[in-house]
Amino acid sequence: MISVATFSPPEWNDREILRYARADKNDESILRLIEECKAESAPILSYKVSYSVLDIIRDDGRLSLSIIDTDSKVINKALSGCDKALLFAATVGESLDRLLRKYSITEPSRAVILHAIGAERVEALCDTFCKKFSLENSLYIRTRVSPGYGDIPLSMQRDIFALLDCPRKIGLTLNEALLMSPSKSVTAVAGIMSDPCENDDDKCSVCEKTNCIFRD
Amino acid sequence: MNIKEYLKKHVLYLDGGMGTLLQERGLMPGEQPESWNISHPDVITDIHKAYFDSGSNVVNTNTFGANSLHFNHDELKNVIISAIDNARKARELSSQDHDHPMFIALDIGPTGRLLQPMGDLDFEDAVDIFAETVKIGEEYGVDLIMIETMNDCYETKAALLAAKEWSDLPVFVSNAYSENGKLMTGASPEAMVAMLESMGADAIGVNCSFGPDKLEPIVREYLKYASVPVMLKPNAGMPQSVGGKTVYNVSAEDFANICLELMDDGVQIAGGCCGTTPEYIKAIQRTDNRFVNRGKKNYTVISSYTHAVYFNDDPVLIGERINPTGKKRLKEALKAHDIDYILSEGIKQQNAGVHVLDVNVGLPGIDEPAMLEEAVRELQAVIDIPLQIDTSDPVAMKRALRRYNGKPLINSVNGTDLSMEVIFPLMKKYGGAAIALTLDENGIPDTVEGRLKIAEKIIVTASYYGVDKKDLIFDTLAMSVSADLKAALVTIESLHKIHELYGVHTSLGVSNVSFGLPKRDVINATFFTMALEKGLSAAIMNPFSAEMMKAYHSYRVLKGFDQNCSEYIAFAESLEDETVVAACSKTVPEDTSEYTLRDAIVKGLKDKAGELCRDMLITADPMSVVQDEVIPALDYVGKSYEQGRVYLPGLLMSAEAAKSAFEEVKLKLTDIGSSASKCIFVLATVKGDIHDIGKNIVKLLLENYGYEVHDLGRDVDPEKITGEVLRTRAPLVGLSALMTTTVPSMEETIQMLRRAAPWVKIVVGGAVLTEEYASAIGADRYAKDAMDAVRYADEIYSTIKE
Repeated sequence: MISVATFSPPEWNDREILRYARADKNDESILRLIEECKAESAPILSYKVSYSVLDIIRDDGRLSLSIIDTDSKVINKALSGCDKALLFAATVGESLDRLLRKYSITEPSRAVILHAIGAERVEALCDTFCKKFSLENSLYIRTRVSPGYGDIPLSMQRDIFALLDCPRKIGLTLNEALLMSPSKSVTAVAGIMSDPCENDDDKCSVCEKTNCIFRD
Repeated sequence: MNIKEYLKKHVLYLDGGMGTLLQERGLMPGEQPESWNISHPDVITDIHKAYFDSGSNVVNTNTFGANSLHFNHDELKNVIISAIDNARKARELSSQDHDHPMFIALDIGPTGRLLQPMGDLDFEDAVDIFAETVKIGEEYGVDLIMIETMNDCYETKAALLAAKEWSDLPVFVSNAYSENGKLMTGASPEAMVAMLESMGADAIGVNCSFGPDKLEPIVREYLKYASVPVMLKPNAGMPQSVGGKTVYNVSAEDFANICLELMDDGVQIAGGCCGTTPEYIKAIQRTDNRFVNRGKKNYTVISSYTHAVYFNDDPVLIGERINPTGKKRLKEALKAHDIDYILSEGIKQQNAGVHVLDVNVGLPGIDEPAMLEEAVRELQAVIDIPLQIDTSDPVAMKRALRRYNGKPLINSVNGTDLSMEVIFPLMKKYGGAAIALTLDENGIPDTVEGRLKIAEKIIVTASYYGVDKKDLIFDTLAMSVSADLKAALVTIESLHKIHELYGVHTSLGVSNVSFGLPKRDVINATFFTMALEKGLSAAIMNPFSAEMMKAYHSYRVLKGFDQNCSEYIAFAESLEDETVVAACSKTVPEDTSEYTLRDAIVKGLKDKAGELCRDMLITADPMSVVQDEVIPALDYVGKSYEQGRVYLPGLLMSAEAAKSAFEEVKLKLTDIGSSASKCIFVLATVKGDIHDIGKNIVKLLLENYGYEVHDLGRDVDPEKITGEVLRTRAPLVGLSALMTTTVPSMEETIQMLRRAAPWVKIVVGGAVLTEEYASAIGADRYAKDAMDAVRYADEIYSTIKE
């Protein structure tokens, strides 16, 4: 079954915005700009998630979730020890893309900050959603992974979109190059466990890409 | 019986859910439901039959996703023909009496793709996709076309246009709304009603998303604004998982209670969407036909892709600044194909408070139809107010109207046969309201009576084409009062009479009245107020004129339109120093009185930099301002950035400040017929990639350093990039790509450039690229950031100069 959830705005995390914008936390004018961008974007953002709980079927190194069939090591590792997985798509909506487009013409500095805000918002939405799901169902959600990350092919997006009916449920579309519109969106899969798992809170420590500019 | 005839006196019952019933019968997740028309025809026929049996007058063929994105041509034809066969068979097998009207609707759902410019599907490609489905349905035979569950205004337009262009069948259009009462891409119910009715939809309404309780406020908006029959097709509430099965949470009885109440209030066409079954359809029927005649509405309205703008007593401001007549800087921009300049002129006017934006890009020597279409398309991506399409070229008008996302305002039609023969059919097909000028083959009459006569002729001719007078906004043509002292009075008296006699709305291009006089704004503003008092609804005007804005805001207060006088108070605060209302700046004021231009740029103060530069240019030579102030400041910030002392947002704020200084320099140079540019730099994000923030940053910095950047945008074909280099003989090209998946298209572009333009130097950048990768695909240089690209450009430029 595909479910849709709409959330109220998650708490802001200014540290994340600064990190994504690669901005100086001591620069007063940048901090002011961030506050203005937050105020302008807040009323136009929406927080929507389409999700489905799927059985994990393993067969000789391959793993399948409904129509998804993969030998990705990253997915295998992320879902290890789980029987079920939470597949979801989250978006903060199209209005932000329009605002980004406007400011990339008139004020690129604002566009850079709004990009960072979009990234922070959609990640915060994913966190809020996973937390709520685990609380409501008394289950634990492991670290999520997404297409394009590690060895997970971007082409998996097609299956995810079909399984979650993203265009119709949350207005999220996929283009021919497999990029998402609205751009501030995430699709992800995470293992579901009945007991907590270590390390899952620290996203960067489990990642193998050690030269990432966004590494915490 | 014809369904349109039937609708004149009857309530019409639609069918209920299809997808949910198919899932119960074994449709797998991710499987195309339409393929069941061929693989399980009995199941599909059974479902249709059950709906007819339970009283549906219309069943939708199982073709929601039957389009050329999901099926090749032969498959598509098979799927649609089988789907229609299944519905026909159900009609034959139905237990209903022969006098029970049973119609078959060709069902059309969304493509699942987002249209340009926010997505990658071209509007015309979307029209073609829908057209293919429509053609097959029309040829094989159905009773109507049902466009449904559309959650984007633009895609809805594409589908309706395809249906109208390729069939004569009645078309019903239904949209799916989000929790905020708007479509996913922002359209309000009023905006959808305005566009769909104007384009000739035969019935409109809402479906899917929620149960009838949550759809009620939305469908009530339809009842308020629509003249055509209104349709309602809610879900059976929200899905819930009970014991592994999907169950919807609104019962047939509760569903029917709300639907029946709404039908009493005027909903004429009712059915169900996800989770509803024949039981629900049975529940919403009554033995008596409670047909409600809602009558015709008389709104003069236009719309953007988000909202509607009404013409009535509260004045509508139409921004006139995107019109090259008398504007050197805009002419330059049009010649250089500088779309960003046009867009920023639009954004500034919206910020200054206009409700509608006039778009005129006619200039000798440019391809007006292509330019107008592009301007309309791009403006729609960055501003959300309706556009007034302003051209005398019929081809340009047609192309722009087609592309327009909403119900446009057309500027203009007049009393000549030639004009009416061109404009009215376009209005009929694409929808829209038009500014109607009271002039004809003999020119502009001097008298009130003469102008009235032309107005009457326009109204009569319009109705002959099926265009209602509510969609005509009369402009009685302001003439120079310095040439004829009676001119203003005749204009105002004419519009007053036309408004009173015909009950239509009016607009004026106010500025003409002061032609030939000093301090024109003073005269314009008073003329505007006088006309408003005599019934004027709209004005084409300059929103940067403080006098005009003063007249507008004070009129609204005195007429009681401005709740709590709040808009006037906000306006008055912005007026403090009695200067022109500039595009509002959001930077917090600080003590900048001692700043030099160089300081202002280093500190990233955009408005201050523009102001200081303007002052300096009164005495200083433009080029020395650039050399002695702007460039040193930029170099200082650039170095600080490279050394890690300034971060990207800081660098950009300085670049924006430099740009606003440059705008002043450009204005000055345009005035003296000179130019400051070093050489042409062609810039693009490659085919398949829609990321453009990096490219835009590079563009800004290159412009700062004096390059004439020809920005081709994002997702650009190799042919287009090569063509531009050949056309301009540009020495430099910059290509950007963010995704690994689009690097091959960067390589293809480089190869094409190498063959066709061996002189050109190519610099590449973007998240996935590295030094090695760049040289492997044949680029001349990898730029790690925007400053790096500028340094490379300077390197090449200095060798060319030598």
